[in-house]
Amino acid sequence: MARDRTIRLILGVAAALLLTGFLAGGFVVLAAGTDGELPLLAILTDPYLRGVTLFTLEQAALSTLLSVIGAIPLASALHRSRFPGRSVVLRIFLLPQALPVLVGALAIITVWGRNGVVADVGAFLGLPRFSIYGLSGILIAHVFFNLPLAARLMIAALDDVPKESWKLAGQLSFSPWTTFRLVEWPAIRTVLPAAASLIFMLCATSFTIVLVLGGGPGATTLEVAIYQTLRYEFDPGRAVALSLLQIGLTAIILTVANRLGGSDAGQFGLGGRATRWDRAGPIRRGYDAVVLILGLFFVLSPFVAIVLAGITADLWRLLSEAAVLDALFTSLWVAFTSGLLALFLSVLILLGVEALASAERRMTLTMPLPRRALEIAASLVLVVPPVVVGAGWFLGLREVTSVFSAAPYIVVLTNMAMAVPFAVRILGPGFAAAHNRYEKLADSLGMTGFRRFRLLDWPALRRPVGLAFALAIAISLGDLGAIALFGNREFTTLPYLLYQRMGSYRTDDAAGLALILGVVCLALIWFAERTSAIEAKAK
Amino acid sequence: MSDPRPALKLDQAVFARDDWSVTLDLELMPGEWLALIGPSGAGKSTLMDMVAGFLPLTSGSISIAEEDVSGKGPSERPLSIVFQDNNLFPHLTVFQNVALGIAPNRRVAPHERGRIENILDTVGLGGKGGRKPHELSGGERQRAALARAFLRRQPLLLLDEPFASLGPALRRDMMKTLRQLRSEFTETPLTILMVTHHPEDARSYADRVAFLDQGRIAHVGPVENMLGEAAPEDVRRYLGSQDHSRRLDAI
Repeated sequence: MARDRTIRLILGVAAALLLTGFLAGGFVVLAAGTDGELPLLAILTDPYLRGVTLFTLEQAALSTLLSVIGAIPLASALHRSRFPGRSVVLRIFLLPQALPVLVGALAIITVWGRNGVVADVGAFLGLPRFSIYGLSGILIAHVFFNLPLAARLMIAALDDVPKESWKLAGQLSFSPWTTFRLVEWPAIRTVLPAAASLIFMLCATSFTIVLVLGGGPGATTLEVAIYQTLRYEFDPGRAVALSLLQIGLTAIILTVANRLGGSDAGQFGLGGRATRWDRAGPIRRGYDAVVLILGLFFVLSPFVAIVLAGITADLWRLLSEAAVLDALFTSLWVAFTSGLLALFLSVLILLGVEALASAERRMTLTMPLPRRALEIAASLVLVVPPVVVGAGWFLGLREVTSVFSAAPYIVVLTNMAMAVPFAVRILGPGFAAAHNRYEKLADSLGMTGFRRFRLLDWPALRRPVGLAFALAIAISLGDLGAIALFGNREFTTLPYLLYQRMGSYRTDDAAGLALILGVVCLALIWFAERTSAIEAKAK
Repeated sequence: MSDPRPALKLDQAVFARDDWSVTLDLELMPGEWLALIGPSGAGKSTLMDMVAGFLPLTSGSISIAEEDVSGKGPSERPLSIVFQDNNLFPHLTVFQNVALGIAPNRRVAPHERGRIENILDTVGLGGKGGRKPHELSGGERQRAALARAFLRRQPLLLLDEPFASLGPALRRDMMKTLRQLRSEFTETPLTILMVTHHPEDARSYADRVAFLDQGRIAHVGPVENMLGEAAPEDVRRYLGSQDHSRRLDAI
């Protein structure tokens, strides 16, 4: 048994070291390319970069505030309302997470831009047309992606309320306000810190949205400034110094987030399954209907815009264009490879984490520090900007081989690293629960090696593994981080091609590509979610 | 059961879902205390949920005090309920939790405070009204839940294994408190429907016992008939499996 745990621990540590080595390696190479001159002081005193840092924090804080505040009435209305098609509505609020960020940003421009439907309605009402580029566009896009995420975390918290509380609320005839005050709010409040800190971090490190919707120097975040420094100025020293600033900032946010309580952000469930017996008067029904319609318009309109704009593009021509087909196949093989690697590393890391957790349970290990270190290694990419990692390897490999031939590997590995934290979050809880429950039984039966994996580990992984894989693929399919630096004529992915066509004002093509990319990602997640739901039901 | 005015009547009340259903016929007279026993999965909690309005009937009807409540929601049925767990909201004090029994959607009026203090004293929680539920023992939490149920002054009380997680001595104490509350805090005869896994409780306090098996009330009758030597065969088999815990109770 001890030998078995040692092997698992070695596998987990090896996977974590590989991942950390890849992430830190790029950074070290990039830092080495600066000849020891890091303009840290210059950066800290540079008024432009101070502005960039303040803007990074300001837009993240505003995005968080709007997402969380908007999510409270939405989560509450979604959780208590009962109407035909409710599960479809719940599914619609899952869509933004499956949508590539670039496609989402393009859709937001279509709906909220100067010529979009919102501006048209505003103009009809006599309001001036506002520019989507800059803070307002970034906020709308961040809220589009994060409000449903916050709502889902809150719905999960409401699902955790004991059924007796809902029964009491019904039996004691609580009014909607009393139900909110005594039952809903205490549950929602418990996830607020975790939801807010998670969204703050996602927005503070947001890259694609700011790249596309940022309006020049006044609306640039640190992550985009790093990219610009590498892509346009090619100043590794400044890029490293900026990265250090970014890493410091994200590390602080992550630490605060961890202190405020972890979150199940990686979970991808529908939620809202609790049975309730609220009093449903006409005012409450009307209020819920208004909240749901507004929420649906906000979340669904960009999807409608993608479809409408996409089908007006010449899809057949696009799909028969060699460049598009090349990009599609490149995207698919990059995504599948990085997804498989991400799954493999995640499972190995989880085996190591569980070996340490088991030692803690048996009191042979008194400190949770080694386990925490493994968990942190899996999430390291959240702190180290993928652009920096990619750039580091780009510079390092330039010395020994052709960058063009190395580009696919770096993009695959960077995408893999980006997916690992999500895969670990999806696979981890069930895996830990299974070990907690059956480990003693497996030990007492002397189960080891592959047999233990097949009978103890695999059943816990089997259901969420499809979802983790689909999400890993979707992350890679939609990524515009690493590819933004490495993309070239020979190596183009769909998001990169889409970004290029957007940049050259070929908007019809961009709309068509966005539709193709969006459909591929949504189909993947839908398939995984359905398979997972069917398996859960069969269980 | 020839009295034409039952406090609770289940008339071919059916709840069906997928390949599982319960079909119930039962009458309780005003002031009667009926203990519901039966193996796990027999449908005891489903019966309680049907009576309380938490589960919709597939067919049949349920009447409380001769009023058909089949189509009514939980808040419209004249009854109180005490669950096995989670009866108290953790962020409210004991006083606030109990006060929900008379003022769920408003502040407690000054003249109502005395009633609440009084019932807290009766259940042995005098001076503990300012505490949060996590500062109380399991037994004290259930006392608070009972206090709230009695404050509501409803003619029917549903007890869904409220003392199942308590030790034998504490459980007996709770049953005594329940009897005391019933005699001191009810003006009209209080009818009690109680799910229990402990035949001892049924023997000591109930008037009749109903034995539920596979979604139907297999037998119902006076305590001595149901739990004595002349108990039906399937009830005896069920009680036999309970014998061990009963002996433990006695110890």
